[in-house]
Amino acid sequence: MYTPQMRESIRMVERTRGKRLEEEEYPTLQPDEKERLLRDYHPDYREDTQREVRVGPNAGDKMPHELVDCLEGRSELDYEAVSLQNPDIDTEVLVIGGGGAGTAAALTAQSEGLEVLLVTKLRLGDANTMMAQGGIQAADKPSDSPVQHYLDVIGGGGFTNEPQLVEALVRDAPYIIKWLEELGCMFSKSDDGTMLTIHGGGTSRKRMHFARDYTGAEIMRTIRDEVINRSLPTVEFCAVLELLMDEEGRCAGAVVRNLDTGEVSTIRARATVLATGGFGRLHVAGFPTTNHYGATGDGLVMAYKAGARLTFMDAVQYHPTGVAFPEQMLGQLVTEKVRGLGAQLVNSQGEQFVYPLETRDAVSSAIIRECDKGGGFVTPTDQAGVWLDSPMIDEINGDGTVRRELPAMVRQFERFDIDMTADPILVYPTLHYQNGGIEIDEHARSLQIPNLYVAGEAAGGIHGRNRLMGNSLLDILVFGRRAALHASKVVDQIDVAPLTLQHVREYDETLKEADVEGRQRSPMVLPDYVSSK
Amino acid sequence: MDRAEVGTQEKENQQDMVSIHIMGKRYEVPFGLTIIKAMEHAGYRVVRGAGCRGGFCGACGTVYRLEGDYRLYVGLACQTVVEDGMYLAQIPFYPATKAKYDITELDADLNTLMQLYPELSRCVGCNSCTRACPQDIDVMNYMAKALRGDIAGVADEAFDCIMCGLCASRCPAEEVPHYVAVLAKRLYSRYIAPPAEHLAERVREVDSGEFDARLNEMTQIDQQRLRELYNARDIEE
Repeated sequence: MYTPQMRESIRMVERTRGKRLEEEEYPTLQPDEKERLLRDYHPDYREDTQREVRVGPNAGDKMPHELVDCLEGRSELDYEAVSLQNPDIDTEVLVIGGGGAGTAAALTAQSEGLEVLLVTKLRLGDANTMMAQGGIQAADKPSDSPVQHYLDVIGGGGFTNEPQLVEALVRDAPYIIKWLEELGCMFSKSDDGTMLTIHGGGTSRKRMHFARDYTGAEIMRTIRDEVINRSLPTVEFCAVLELLMDEEGRCAGAVVRNLDTGEVSTIRARATVLATGGFGRLHVAGFPTTNHYGATGDGLVMAYKAGARLTFMDAVQYHPTGVAFPEQMLGQLVTEKVRGLGAQLVNSQGEQFVYPLETRDAVSSAIIRECDKGGGFVTPTDQAGVWLDSPMIDEINGDGTVRRELPAMVRQFERFDIDMTADPILVYPTLHYQNGGIEIDEHARSLQIPNLYVAGEAAGGIHGRNRLMGNSLLDILVFGRRAALHASKVVDQIDVAPLTLQHVREYDETLKEADVEGRQRSPMVLPDYVSSK
Repeated sequence: MDRAEVGTQEKENQQDMVSIHIMGKRYEVPFGLTIIKAMEHAGYRVVRGAGCRGGFCGACGTVYRLEGDYRLYVGLACQTVVEDGMYLAQIPFYPATKAKYDITELDADLNTLMQLYPELSRCVGCNSCTRACPQDIDVMNYMAKALRGDIAGVADEAFDCIMCGLCASRCPAEEVPHYVAVLAKRLYSRYIAPPAEHLAERVREVDSGEFDARLNEMTQIDQQRLRELYNARDIEE
């Protein structure tokens, strides 16, 4: 329920709404304006949020403090106590992570006839995939083409993306949608089967496919159901603590800990797919996050110790519209689809200050600027925010649109007695996505570590410095599938030499020598909200 | 406590404490916290029973009673605000049997539902499932639709299911509505909703290499030209 002060501000928003509905759209940013806005207000450019990592493949590169703390932490694994003579488990393919990327990799690998084991530190499906509401991009309409999609992706990423990865992403997109359609994923369609598609920030064509506003959840429920149907071997509540290497310097599995019993086991694999997701739960720069409980960047740390290079780690995506009120929902995502359907962003006086479908980095920066200038509304708990004028959606698209298209959002606000169909909602940027990650090629292979594949948010380069909405649900499936397809072609030729954890031992020694050994052990596995309260 | 008031209190009110019992132990926690945050405030580091923390994943099913109230309640720990006198326990895992099937070899009809979930007919109409649903889905109604073979109806009505399984935990007929729901959605989408023709056509085009040359060209052109192309894009209305 809104406070009287909020009600007063909402009345101003209502007063300008009619005019805003009639007037032409707010002008889009010119390229130079956008660059200036990002430089002045985006958290990535703030001096106090990052520092140079001092050891490892990226020594000298700037990254967020919270990630550097992890990279400079000694191993969580007591590796001297691990016996590598007789691995507890042998498999052809080990998939680490039970979100969309890992599940797609595991399903594809099994379809290709490989022996697969999937391990995940929470439950299968407990991942950011489940939370993605907005949609998944694919250029499958006659007015669109993969070439147009390519242009949007690379422009959205500030022309920094790896071209081969973008090509893979847009080329495979129709396959992925087709695969999901055949699995029985319930996309929103018109009566003749045509996919409903809308714009997202930075798209030039309406290519955002969605399943109401549970797109990621619907994809995950479908592919998880498939994992169970196919009896695909899966171990839950089993956290990977370090990658295993062989004496030839190739990845050869992992060491895992059963989170219920504490038991440590070794898994030897010919091919390993790292699909551990991103680092939102590190709360970079102190921001709240939309991310899942398990998003602690474990895979980045483990791969880094084994010699993998990270890329674009200084580029963090803040979703422009995180919940700023009520406090209980702070940081939760308000999907970009709300803006896609026509809701504008306005300040406490009901004035627009940015075109609502600029790229995410630009919209976030514009909101931060507006609040810094005092144009935002400040809640009783000192959280600034701006209004996302959701009632416009029904005015534009007809009554009932908000309820039909955004049921999850409506329900979440209703729990706190806020009706987003009638009143605007207060938003502020929230830490949403790790744009960077481990360097890969178009087959999802680590560029540095043989027999290691990386898919999903853990991988970097696909989106350059900024990902567009709807390209993450896409990339997890594209590169998860590609990892498995490539592994299926080479796995027969892979011999595993004797196993070793020497890389972890050496990394710890390097930390000691460089005198940077942090207090923290890594990987983090789960965030600690108990001692930090 | 009136839930509608939550989040609107002034700071001093938010310092008010409520008394809750976590697995029988009493703790004082600040007013207004969700169950998961209250548990962490009390010192519990949650491994099982936490997931997205945003009401999407169904990992944090919780069962509770309130002092002086005989009823048993269930909810999501990340979405339910603690109340004074709450006795709560998380449900770390709840056994529920999912039928296994090959989705490519089914018929979208009542017979399939009954074969895979024969217990469907055991529903006694008690409505416990609907009362348990944190998504406000009329579970009993969609189960009635399932019993009539109305697969499209189940898919539509159950769409928002996050598969927390709280419905199954309260069902005296021992049904698994959340698994019936996912089956119905998959049957509907694969067999009843028409396939997207534009999608099949685009897949054919990609397969035939129609975009290969232009995509390859895109990866080769210099950044200056790429910027020009990007800035000159026409935006679909």
